Amino acid sequence: MAALCKWRHRLKPAGFFQNAVRRQLSDNYDYDLLVIGGGSGGLACSKEAAQFGKKVAVLDYVESSPKGTKWGLGGTCVNVGCIPKKLMHQAALLGGAVKDAQKYGWRIPSPITHDWLTMAPAVQDYIRSLNWGHRVQLQDKKVKYLNLKGSLMDGHTVKAVSKTGKESVLTAGNIVIATGGRPKYPTHIPGSLEYGISSDDIFWLKESPGKTLVVGASYIALECAGFLTGIGLDASVMVRSIPLRGFDQQIACLVTDYMGSYGTKFHWKCSPSKVEKLETGRLLVSWTDLDSGKEDQDTFDTVLWAVGRAPETRALNLEKVGVKMNRETGKVCVSADEATSVPHIYAIGDIADGRPELTPTAIQAGKLLARRLFGKSSELMDYDCVPTTVFTPLEYGSVGLSEEEAVRRHGEDGIEVFHAFYKPLEFTVAERDASHCYIKMVCLREGARRILGFHFTGPNAGEVTQGFALAIKCGATYTQLMATVGIHPTSAEEIIKLHITKRSGLDPTVTGC
Amino acid sequence: MFCNNRVAKCCDRQKTLNPFVSTLFSDEGSNFQDILLEITGQKTVPNVFVNKTHVGGCDKTLQAHKDGMLQKLLEGSNETYEYDLIVIGGGSGGLACSKEAATLGKKVLVLDYVVPTPKGTTWGLGGTCVNVGCIPKKLMHQAALLGTALKDSRNFGWEYEEKVKHNWQTMIESISNYIGSLNWGYRVELRDKNVTYMNSYAEFVEPHKIKATNKRGKETFHTAAKFVLATGERPRYLGIPGDKEYCITSDDLFSLPYCPGKTLVIGASYVALECAGFLAGIGLDVTVMVRSILLRGFDQEMAERAGTYMKDHGVKFMRPFVPTKIEQLEEGTPGKLKVTAKSTESGEMIEGEYNTVLIAVGRDACTGKIGLDKVGVEINEKNGKVPVNDEEQTNVPYIYAIGDILEGKWELTPVAIQAGKLLARRLFDGSSLKCDYVNVPTTVFTPLEYGCCGLSEEKAIELYGEENIEVYHSLFWPLECTVPSRDNNKCYSKIVCNKLDNERVVGFHYLGPNAGEVTQGFGVAIKCGLTKELLDNTTGIHPTCAEVFTTLGITKRSGADITQKGC
Repeated sequence: MAALCKWRHRLKPAGFFQNAVRRQLSDNYDYDLLVIGGGSGGLACSKEAAQFGKKVAVLDYVESSPKGTKWGLGGTCVNVGCIPKKLMHQAALLGGAVKDAQKYGWRIPSPITHDWLTMAPAVQDYIRSLNWGHRVQLQDKKVKYLNLKGSLMDGHTVKAVSKTGKESVLTAGNIVIATGGRPKYPTHIPGSLEYGISSDDIFWLKESPGKTLVVGASYIALECAGFLTGIGLDASVMVRSIPLRGFDQQIACLVTDYMGSYGTKFHWKCSPSKVEKLETGRLLVSWTDLDSGKEDQDTFDTVLWAVGRAPETRALNLEKVGVKMNRETGKVCVSADEATSVPHIYAIGDIADGRPELTPTAIQAGKLLARRLFGKSSELMDYDCVPTTVFTPLEYGSVGLSEEEAVRRHGEDGIEVFHAFYKPLEFTVAERDASHCYIKMVCLREGARRILGFHFTGPNAGEVTQGFALAIKCGATYTQLMATVGIHPTSAEEIIKLHITKRSGLDPTVTGC
Repeated sequence: MFCNNRVAKCCDRQKTLNPFVSTLFSDEGSNFQDILLEITGQKTVPNVFVNKTHVGGCDKTLQAHKDGMLQKLLEGSNETYEYDLIVIGGGSGGLACSKEAATLGKKVLVLDYVVPTPKGTTWGLGGTCVNVGCIPKKLMHQAALLGTALKDSRNFGWEYEEKVKHNWQTMIESISNYIGSLNWGYRVELRDKNVTYMNSYAEFVEPHKIKATNKRGKETFHTAAKFVLATGERPRYLGIPGDKEYCITSDDLFSLPYCPGKTLVIGASYVALECAGFLAGIGLDVTVMVRSILLRGFDQEMAERAGTYMKDHGVKFMRPFVPTKIEQLEEGTPGKLKVTAKSTESGEMIEGEYNTVLIAVGRDACTGKIGLDKVGVEINEKNGKVPVNDEEQTNVPYIYAIGDILEGKWELTPVAIQAGKLLARRLFDGSSLKCDYVNVPTTVFTPLEYGCCGLSEEKAIELYGEENIEVYHSLFWPLECTVPSRDNNKCYSKIVCNKLDNERVVGFHYLGPNAGEVTQGFGVAIKCGLTKELLDNTTGIHPTCAEVFTTLGITKRSGADITQKGC
């Protein structure tokens, strides 16, 4: 307790009387709410709680990646996720734009090259401005930010360790765990940890990754390989089984086919066996073709592991205080109100078992949790029909069920699938191949044909998908879709013009305009 | 009419309609019924056909009787005409209507003839949208956006020589090629669907009869049971000295064989602002002369924001001015013109020199010279527009009208297409589904695009009263603009909710990149009864611009700061 008092004293000089009053007001805890993890979910939850006049602290501490990469406040999304990946995706798209522009009359002298050392620092500068923005926001909203590593001692007590190893103890009425996840390494593969990097490092590399092997076929793997190819690097993807597990598989194939046609190399059904460093500094990767059993190898400048993410629970001491975990996933078991098995301890975001690993769901869940804890609200987070978009070179937006899942739930005869291959107007003059631009609407077959799933590949998939996600939330039917007037000329209007069913076997290619 | 024995006896008593009744007896009945199911999608009897058109079962027939459809179907048979349907105008609406009618087995003629502009510009089949509207304008807008992309690309690490210039001819050529392919595509489609196409000017000469005059002046005459007017509109001129001689309109701009150079755009319609926007975007010196307000009919806050963005990006605005005289200083491609204009406020006169003057002050319906007086179709004398009922029928029952010439309806391609298709289905397929002109989403492709659906804020206030609406709004900064550090908090989103109706969203407004793509889905959602609560409960897609609508928390009433910080 001496440490605690000293700690408090240093943070906020306050007289004994004030302290006593505060303690009384807050049920004798240091804080009303203590959030462990300053990512999207944790920050949203803490800021919302502070709005209710509660005393809130956020503990955020970034453990360096095996390669030594570190970053600031804001969590995965801001530092090593959505933000940098979409910016680098944008860099790749602009490479396409430079090519297109010439068809549209822009005279651009050759050669056209890309410089990693311009892009990466620009992206990093923006991230740092966001880190700073988050700091300022916390301060404005009177949330205490502590750059400390937290672990649980009991249902109301957290041990916090600073960078220099200094320990302190904090108590709180409620604790929210929002520590997120970190990339997994296939540690059974020799050389993986020593020579490989992960998505935690790629955005912060001080020089171009050069010829890169991306191992994995998650959306992270494909997005990274996609933008690396797009900025002119030699990128290969090594896939053990299927791409984009959990997503509609027909679309997943379109996405990877498109990448293939734009220069990303794919090693299908292959599994790496070891990584060695050559004298030249390059990496020699050996792998096995799982079908033929044949061994093969090639040299790369960079090997990027994107084989999944593990919840960041190691240091939290969760099981000691009785928080139930899912043994298989390593995630924290939560009920519909984000509560764990221990009263007053909650979990949100990527660490919560069974939740989508998405920034906006974490943010919303965090906000709603704060409102339930302190704002007399009873509204629960609705995890149904969460839209998402994969920022592969051919973007893929979706909401609701994949075709496979719809068939599983309603039977082949219970659903009607409308689909179309369309050509974005911008592709025409640019003479771009549009054979992967595709729309699929999975509907119930009976009645007004309620929409179960929506899938869109093409430019601006995220922008297109958002509104349709809303429509599906409103219970949209195929009939209502057809009654909506299109916006001409857009890609999205092809959605409300869908009329060919998969069952009919007719050619779904859109002609004319 | 196919029916069972019992119904047949009833029909015997109902001699008034004198139908052909085929009675299905139990032994062969099921066979017949299977065939009927295949043809009509209906297995039950009675199953009623009128003049080969399928009406439906008992309920559908009674409904058709009630709304007059049955009578219409029965009337259609009496006289013999060359065609079931003649469509005047081969634009989006006319083509959609004629193809749909032909698909339903009708004999259809579509006439399309492009009267050359005063500058002599002409084009192929497909109407305004394809030739001198949506398609070329969006492609030129894209050319301008790519100009911005080129600038951005350097911030994102792309390197190439500084000197980048735009070449007008290259752009025009590739756009013309694409339009040519669309023109051809339409011809092929009409042929495939057995629609007769004539490249002739159509005029009514007597009821049910038109005269068609082709390019060489050869006249032919054609009759039809029904007619659809879909002649669209053409740009209006100012009626001041020099306008037709020296100025161009959007009808000329998209195929202009030379770069227009320093350009004055007269008008503040969406056509005016879009053209001014992309001309500036490809590096030209552009001025817009505005008489009063921007984008009349659209939400004025949005219009002003779109205009301000253009001003910030180099487009000059002259307000409030009207031109009085255009003179030619030099001939050439482009030449040099002198424009005299007068302030509508102070009366001050000013002069300016431009290479090109583009007039975009509105459009007039092409209804004056197609012999409508001969058949008695009423038009609005002021603007030439055609009033129709909610089934697109004019005051002359066998003549219908769709598209831009309709009075008080949207001048939009998809609306015309939908109206045309649904009209054909009502005329020839016994359908009763009408075109819904409410909550039509649309997008203006200004440099900063503006997408909207439903009511403007002004209109909502007028309809519901200021106290009964709640406006939620936010500025935002698209992620793509951060690295090039441009346009911070210039993009804007706004929804207008009706407090009397569970905060139902009655107006949706978005100013930002990809507005059309963003707006379309919201258009569907509004059709499905979107409320503010549902918006709040929907998860955003991160990082996109569209997600801003799922986190709108600030009301306009509050006056709170709406700049977006962080993410």
